[in-house]
Order: sequence, then C-alpha cells, then structure tokens
Amino acid sequence: MAILIGRETRVICQGLTGRAATFHVSRMLSYGTRIVGGVTPGKGGSWHLDLPVFDTVAEAVAATRANASLVFVPPDRAAGAMIEAIQAGVGLVVCVTERVPLLDMVRVRQALNGSRTCLVGPNSQGVLAPGVAQLGVMATASARRGGIGIASRSASLTSEIVAQVTRAGLGQSTTVGVGGDPVHGLTLAQCVELFEADSQTEGIILIGEIGGSDEEDAAETIARLRLKKPVVALVAGRHAPRLRRMGHAGAFTSERAGSADRKIGALRAAGVLIAPNAHNVGLLMREALTPAPQGA
Amino acid sequence: MDLHEFQAKELLERFGIDIPGGRVVESAADAQRAAEGLGGRRFVVKAQIRTADRAKHGGVRFADSPRAAGVEAGALIGRSIATPFSPDGGARVKWVYVEEAVAAAQSLYAAVVLERTSGHPVMLASARGGEDLEERAERDAAAIQRAPLNLRAGGADGDFGGLTGRIGLAGATAASAEGLFRQLARAFVALDATLIEVNPIALTADGRLIALDAKLSIDDNALFRHADLRALRDFMVRDESDPVELEAQQHQINYIRMAGNIGVLVNGAGLALATLDMVCDAGGRPANFMDIRTTATSLDIARGFGLILDNPAVRSILVNVHGGGMQACDTIAEGIGIAVRRRAARCVPIVICLAGNHAEFARTVLYNTGVPHMACSTPWAAVQQAVASAKRETPSWLSSLVAKRA
Repeated sequence: MAILIGRETRVICQGLTGRAATFHVSRMLSYGTRIVGGVTPGKGGSWHLDLPVFDTVAEAVAATRANASLVFVPPDRAAGAMIEAIQAGVGLVVCVTERVPLLDMVRVRQALNGSRTCLVGPNSQGVLAPGVAQLGVMATASARRGGIGIASRSASLTSEIVAQVTRAGLGQSTTVGVGGDPVHGLTLAQCVELFEADSQTEGIILIGEIGGSDEEDAAETIARLRLKKPVVALVAGRHAPRLRRMGHAGAFTSERAGSADRKIGALRAAGVLIAPNAHNVGLLMREALTPAPQGA
Repeated sequence: MDLHEFQAKELLERFGIDIPGGRVVESAADAQRAAEGLGGRRFVVKAQIRTADRAKHGGVRFADSPRAAGVEAGALIGRSIATPFSPDGGARVKWVYVEEAVAAAQSLYAAVVLERTSGHPVMLASARGGEDLEERAERDAAAIQRAPLNLRAGGADGDFGGLTGRIGLAGATAASAEGLFRQLARAFVALDATLIEVNPIALTADGRLIALDAKLSIDDNALFRHADLRALRDFMVRDESDPVELEAQQHQINYIRMAGNIGVLVNGAGLALATLDMVCDAGGRPANFMDIRTTATSLDIARGFGLILDNPAVRSILVNVHGGGMQACDTIAEGIGIAVRRRAARCVPIVICLAGNHAEFARTVLYNTGVPHMACSTPWAAVQQAVASAKRETPSWLSSLVAKRA
C-alpha cells in the first residue's frame, strides 16, 4: 500500500479544461491514474479528454463518487477552488498551483479546520505511488515501486533524489511534495506518521530546506513516536546567499527556527541520519536498510 | 516586496495610524529645506535602507536645526550601511527621510506577522519598544505578548483588549493601543502584507501613539489585486535594486548575486540550494543563485544564462537540471544554445548535467546548437568538474572546441 493514494483513488481535476491541466491529466491517465471527471465553472455538461466536465465540485463528486481532487487553477482563483473541494467533503485535495497569495492560504487553512480533507500543497509537485497512480506534475521515468517513502518541500530536488534512490537499487512506496509555500496543508511530520503506519514503506527520506519549521516539527514527531523505520534527511541551503531581514518580528515567531544548522541539529537529535550532501542520500538509505553483520 | 520606511508610513497613514511629519529627499540641500518646511526645533534624519537594526549601525541621526539636518543628510547619502541583516556589501543610501523629532514619554512595540506553522497572522506587542527588544525577549519571553488573528471580511479580529492588558497598559493608553492594533490588523489584510512592524511607537505626553518607524513587506504573489502597489514595485525596480536581479525576475528567473566564480543554473529552488551546497562542499565558490521557474520560456532562459556569461568573475558554469512535468530539459538546452550563440566571444567552460523529462532530446539540442560543454551523468560529477575548471588557468579542451567552432 502507498500512502494517501492507491488504485481505489478516484480523481477529479479542478481546472481540467486549461492548457497545463490538459497536458498533465493526459500523462496521468496514461500512467494508469483513475481520473473520473473535471470541474470548470461554466463548462458543465461538456466533455474533455473523454472525461465529463461539471460546473461544481459537489456535482462532480455526486456523479463520479470521486474521493480526490487535483487543483490546477490559476493563483487568483486557487484558494476558492481548494475551499470548494474542502466544503464538498473531498478526502484528498492536491494543489499544484504556484504563487497563491499567502492570506488566501490563511483562509484555506481556516476552512480546513474541522474538515475531513487532507490538503497537499499548494506549490506541490503532487503525490506519486510508482506503478500505481500519479496525482501531480512530477517526472515519473526514474521512479520504481518499492519500500522508500519520500516526503519533500521541493519538486526538482525530489526527482533527483528519486533517480538516486532507484540507482541505489531501491524503489519508492510514495513520493509526496508538501509544497514550498510558507502556509501549506500536509506537513513533513504528518508524512512521517503516515509512512510509519504504512506496511509497504521500509525507510523514510525527508527532503527539507531552509526557512519555516517543518523539519523541526518532523524531528519532534520522530522522537515522540520512537520510529522503528530508518529516516534519512537532506536539508538544502547550508550555503544559501544571505537574504535581507526586515525588523525583529520574525524572531518572535516560528521563523526563528529555520537555519539549516538548527534543522540538522534537531533531526540528528531525533536519531535521523543526515545526508551530508544531495548526492549521497540513496546510498545512505541503502546502508541504513542493510542489516548489520551478526555479532558486530 | 520590502518597502522603505517612507513608503510604509504613507500606506499606514491611510489606515489612520499617526506618523510624524516628514519628507523624503535625495540631497543635503533638499534635506535642509525639508526641515525648514516641517518647522519644529529637533529633527531626525534617517537613511532609507531596508534592514533591521538601522539605528544601531549609524543610519539614524538627530539634528537640532535645519542646517544640521542638511549636514547629517549629506553624511548619509551615497554611503553604504552594512548591518548583520543587510545583503553582503551593505545597502547604499539613495534617499534620506527627514522627520520632526517626537518626544516620547514611553515607547511601545507592535507588529503583525504571518506565522507559518499555525497558518494565521499574529499580533505581537510590547510595552517597551526599541532595537534591543530581541535581546530582552531572549532573556524574558514575556517581554513580547501575542494575539492570534482571525480573518474576517475586510479585516482581522483578535483579542486586542486582552493583549493591551497583558503588556501592562491601562486606561486611556490601553484604549488608544487597542485602536492602533485594530488599524494595524486592518492594514495587514487590506495590503496583503506579510509583515508590518512599528517600532518604536511613541506615547506622547498628551496621550497620542505615534509610529516613529515602520517596516512593511507585501506579498508579491498578491500584487495582481493591488494596482497601486504594483506601481510602487515598478518604481522600486526602476530606481534602486540590483538591475541584474530585476532583469532576471522579469524573465521568470530568481537570481541572487554571490561572491564566487562558478556560475550556476538550476531549475527549482530546492535543487538550486542543494547544488550550491554541493559546490561549496567540493571546494568551489558559487557566483550566483539561479532558479529557473517552471513558467520560463527558452528565451527567458537565454536571458538568464546570458546574465551568468556577462558576469566577468565567472570562471566556469555549472548547469544542473532535472526536467519535471512543468519544465522539460530541452527548453533549457534551447535557451543555453541561444545565449551562447549571442555571446560567441565569451570563452568559459560549461559543465552540464541533465536528467528527467526530455533529457535525451536536450542533449541532441545542445549538440545541434553547438554549445561547447562537458556532459556529466550525475550532479556530483558535474559539480566536481565545474570546481576543477574554475581553478584551472586555461581550459585547454574548451579553447580547442571554440577554435573549431569559429
């Protein structure tokens, strides 16, 4: 079993008739993803890519029994689309839209409170269960089905690590892009919990970067759960150019965490294996999974 | 987008926040005239640089006459001021803000900031403002009090009454502070801000609260719904920031200049950060951070690669691309081809690692467009090659290739 998605996942695409969505949904269909319809306000009743198009998410869910939605809507309307899917009770919402305004995401987070929806993103490359289903825009050629769960804040770096994990002779159970935006849905810590509970996953790779406190929170979860599965983490940005800082307010919030050193320190203290560099993540995971010789 | 103090104050004033009278000027003579126009006996002359701790590093001067204000302005304009929070090399002062000095019986602190983890804005406040607040909060967490904000139509609510109580205000002062918090919350939402900080806020003898300094950052992603703020950004772009970084921004590329000699082109911010780390770990020094956004066309990428080629400090170039669904390798190869053709005279070793969507086709494009380069199959091999090439005096393999091409 993968996490978040599987063969039983029935997907609608919000914004299906757009150019980017048309291209990517075609790829996902040929990957074997069960896409059952789309939503474009004003185009209800028409067909696109041999899929029925509806005016609203509620209509699409009622007609297709969809349990997941992929949001492919431009930034000015993306938050509205996410909130519509949350209110329609869709279980999994994946948003790939980049550059969604931050206060719009605050409203989406308010809508998520008390709902039954798991939101992935925005600015996420999506969720991939190799050989099973693809809900997103990631490269799939080097992904192989296997036992490594990967959760990441960055898209192209994930593709690179997936290729490396495959070269190391390992496959992936699921790869999840939690998205690079400051305010987002699913966190790295929640991915860790899902992977720990997933029977297909044998090891977990976390790909973090400077800023925010997702990595520190994941470290706390790993320590609290006393994780049995090995976790390898990469934190990008140790040598990032220094950015301007305005005022002091950031230091009084969770922004205070956020340097690569703090993240690495927190993860290491939780027993996570830190990849010194982006090129040795796959090998480090393979070593972690190889049982130590008897009597050693 | 980070705004200057004078821009922030002008915007905050629209929400009813009290600010001292002031004018922004570009010369010592104008500073003196501005002070004369303001009247009053004491003036503050403030360098308009966007960084924390400006006052601690000599960016804020007091003057007892309009003439003295002119002298202080003359000393600031054209100077570079470096703080631990400004970009490398410091920030050059182009404008100063001349303000009437306000006598404060007490100074407060207030800020609204978006907190990532909780996913909502918070109001921060203290009954003692100033630049040393961070150190005080380090010793005593209670020095800063907070109230989470809830977005409502047209603004944001929070327990502002409770907040004024927790920072120890009472009576009329508490009532005016509560009013100020309300105004700041309304401004935060209406401006699509990511940060508003007013520090210090003067409490005057007659009980008014006046914002003596203001920091304001606007969410770039929300500029599409603020025509006036877009105009402000265009003004900043024209007048001030690094023209190279801005040219890149206009071409869907995030570019930050760095001090080294290895030009770096990567797609995606995370992979770009990881690539810089690898370059440094291999003993090299990056000349820039460059992240090609998924929306960049081959012509945008040509501009971006041109910026690297035009940097005279660059001794080798590393291209690390993992094509995804949104940005395939061949688009980037095409862009590199265009840039190299446009600058045939620039001779610099180029090391390229391509993987992911359309990597094979991209290699054909590079070959067809005649880009002299070394291909590496893993990013780490490419990094090592680029670092070695930057250290080498004459890249002989490249000279011969360029000779053939010419």
